[in-house]
Amino acid sequence: MNLLELKISSAHGVQYVKNLEKATLTPLFRGRPEIDTNISIQELQRAETICPSKAINAKMGILNLGKCVFCKECEFVTQGKIRFTNDYKIATNDPDCLLIRKEISSNIRLNENAIRKEIRSYFGRALKLRQVSSGGDNSNELELYAAGNVNFDMGRFGIEFVASPRHADGLVITGPLTKNMAGALNICYEAMPSPKLLILAGTDAISGGMFADSEAIDRSFLTKYKADLYVPGNPVHPLTFINGLLYLLGRNAME
Amino acid sequence: MIELRNNDTSVPLSSITPLDYTYFYELVISLLSIEAKHCVSYFAHPEKDGWLCICCIADDETEKIMVLAHKVKKTRSKTIPALSAKHPALHSYEREMHENYGIPFANHPWLKPLRFPQGAADENSTIQRYPFYSLTGEGTHEVGVGPIHAGITEPGYFRFCCNGEKVLHLESVLGFQHRGIEKLLLKKTHPLQQSVIAESIAGDTTIGHSLAYAMLAESLSDTKISARLSMERGMALEIERVAMHIADTSAMCADTAYQLGQVACEALRTITINTLQAWCGNRFGKGLIRPGGTYYTAYHETLNQIATALNDVKKRYRDISDCIFTLPGMLSRFEGVGALTHKQALQLGMVGLTARASGVRRDIRSTHAFMSYKTHAFNPNIMENGDIHARMMLRKIEVEQSIDLILSLADKLAALSILTSESTPGYQLQYQPESLAISLVEGWRGEICHMAVTNEKGEISQYKIKDPSLHNWMGLSIAMRNQQISDFPICNKSFNLSYCGHDL
Ligand code: SF4
Repeated sequence: MNLLELKISSAHGVQYVKNLEKATLTPLFRGRPEIDTNISIQELQRAETICPSKAINAKMGILNLGKCVFCKECEFVTQGKIRFTNDYKIATNDPDCLLIRKEISSNIRLNENAIRKEIRSYFGRALKLRQVSSGGDNSNELELYAAGNVNFDMGRFGIEFVASPRHADGLVITGPLTKNMAGALNICYEAMPSPKLLILAGTDAISGGMFADSEAIDRSFLTKYKADLYVPGNPVHPLTFINGLLYLLGRNAME
Repeated sequence: MIELRNNDTSVPLSSITPLDYTYFYELVISLLSIEAKHCVSYFAHPEKDGWLCICCIADDETEKIMVLAHKVKKTRSKTIPALSAKHPALHSYEREMHENYGIPFANHPWLKPLRFPQGAADENSTIQRYPFYSLTGEGTHEVGVGPIHAGITEPGYFRFCCNGEKVLHLESVLGFQHRGIEKLLLKKTHPLQQSVIAESIAGDTTIGHSLAYAMLAESLSDTKISARLSMERGMALEIERVAMHIADTSAMCADTAYQLGQVACEALRTITINTLQAWCGNRFGKGLIRPGGTYYTAYHETLNQIATALNDVKKRYRDISDCIFTLPGMLSRFEGVGALTHKQALQLGMVGLTARASGVRRDIRSTHAFMSYKTHAFNPNIMENGDIHARMMLRKIEVEQSIDLILSLADKLAALSILTSESTPGYQLQYQPESLAISLVEGWRGEICHMAVTNEKGEISQYKIKDPSLHNWMGLSIAMRNQQISDFPICNKSFNLSYCGHDL
């Protein structure tokens, strides 16, 4: 190592976020939304009307995080009666937990009872994932890559992305699932040995997002297979992804 | 022939008189015979009995964009001579018209499917049945990779025809990412919906594409924006460029096994994109750019954060670059590999950084200035060799140049009174009926072009998007000829093209 490299190393310093569970993001970060209990039906209707991805159902007073593209417009039109907190722990294994209601403003959790038994015993200590983009816009892909970079360093938990589906314990899908990728996606999933995890990363993957009613989309794969983890985001924040996985695996982020 | 300017007001469709094809053909060939003119868009607009084919040629010397058109009748069965035979740069436009509508071109050098959209003219054309060229002979073999690749990336299929280790020909099959965006933009008529979709055309170019959309919506509705907003937009565009150029430097180091460069650049990219997150809540700038205004005015605190972060990034990136460009192990992988000559770059209609690395002076920021570049003259840098080294070196130069630009914009913005807050986004836009508008943005990969045509009710009846990758994928194929197949990963990274931006 020459002098310049030493200088670079010293400026680089320690980069990894020590406690991934306790890190705080900037106040403006759009994470888990909350709905005020005293929100009026008119306000909810305004939000439903402006929402670009039909994530809000005013009558039921529900915001579906699986459809939300995090544009924050509902917060602007309701003067903050719907508001986005910077809580990035929004991944869950239960689609019901993605429904934000005005009555309850609690953290988004995993439904422990719905976690398949073999997940923790097989993958609790090491998990290899294969990512497939099916119409992803490359922002989710970059964030998943970042989950393993010097800052977030997911590798410390024995979780990493691998090149071959044959080496993978789980599939992470990004993008709304295009028709043109349907064949390859199936082949990839089938090539993975069982038992295997299925993870949907990003709003596009969870619900199709803005592309849900495009004729170029084919989501039939998801009628065949059930996801083990839904990670909302546009794109997914690395902290959301890592924390979601750690909870699924029953791991402690401080290890 | 009528003339337009970038991000100017729209023009009535009726002012575009279709030319006889023979005349159109000669005119395009003669216009494109000089380097300062290139075609930024050429597409078929469906009409009752056929298509109005609209071609836009940008003149880099006069900042004008010439619009010329010809008509193709549905009943036409006789072929029309392809312009691509003389001007290969137009190959993808003609392929698109052929694929979508079956417009019959003769003598096209590469009339293959482009992206396999739904409702293509040829129903039997599916991505599984791509018509590959093949190669036979002693010592030759073919290597297929994809559509799923080893890293965390988007899908695309590459087939190499090789003689031993040497690549004789590379064919890229694209379209796996096709989401039907251009059609979707006609269904989703609310400007907020359109704006959100534009952010996802290529998520790594969120600012570039959402800006192109916003400018187009503003042109169609004669909406004027403030000097502050135009400076903020320029600043955001440059932050995106810095972040992605640094990400590419990191990826390049990873592929050449220089770990220090890789991790140091990863950290610098994080610092850079986190400024966007502090500014608007999203690391890619989603939500920042909207037509007519923004919810996120950059006040002092944001500007200070950006300036502090980028001053730091500038120093540290320079040190890393100094290392990279003196390491013999890196240089030997970069120099003379994957070269695209000036002539090839022109023939293929390369745009952006890749064009500039091959000595083509093409940069919308200087030749068809928009937003803050109108008032802050911009002088692009050019390299000559067109190889991996030139593309990487140009990234280094552009990072420094962009940071300087960001810092000066931040200074100017800080001097503005905090009382001049931004107007919020305008979604009640009235578009001019039966008109055409164009917007060009120089994103980090290169020239982005958005065009729209409106109907008699002032609704968008056609939306055309061109990501720089549309042109540049063929450049990668040509650059790989006679190279070692083992050099493909770094050559590919040095272009770093968009799959979804191409496939839309
Ligand atoms: S933030 Fe989500 S719920 Fe709110 S308007 Fe946007 S997409 Fe709809």
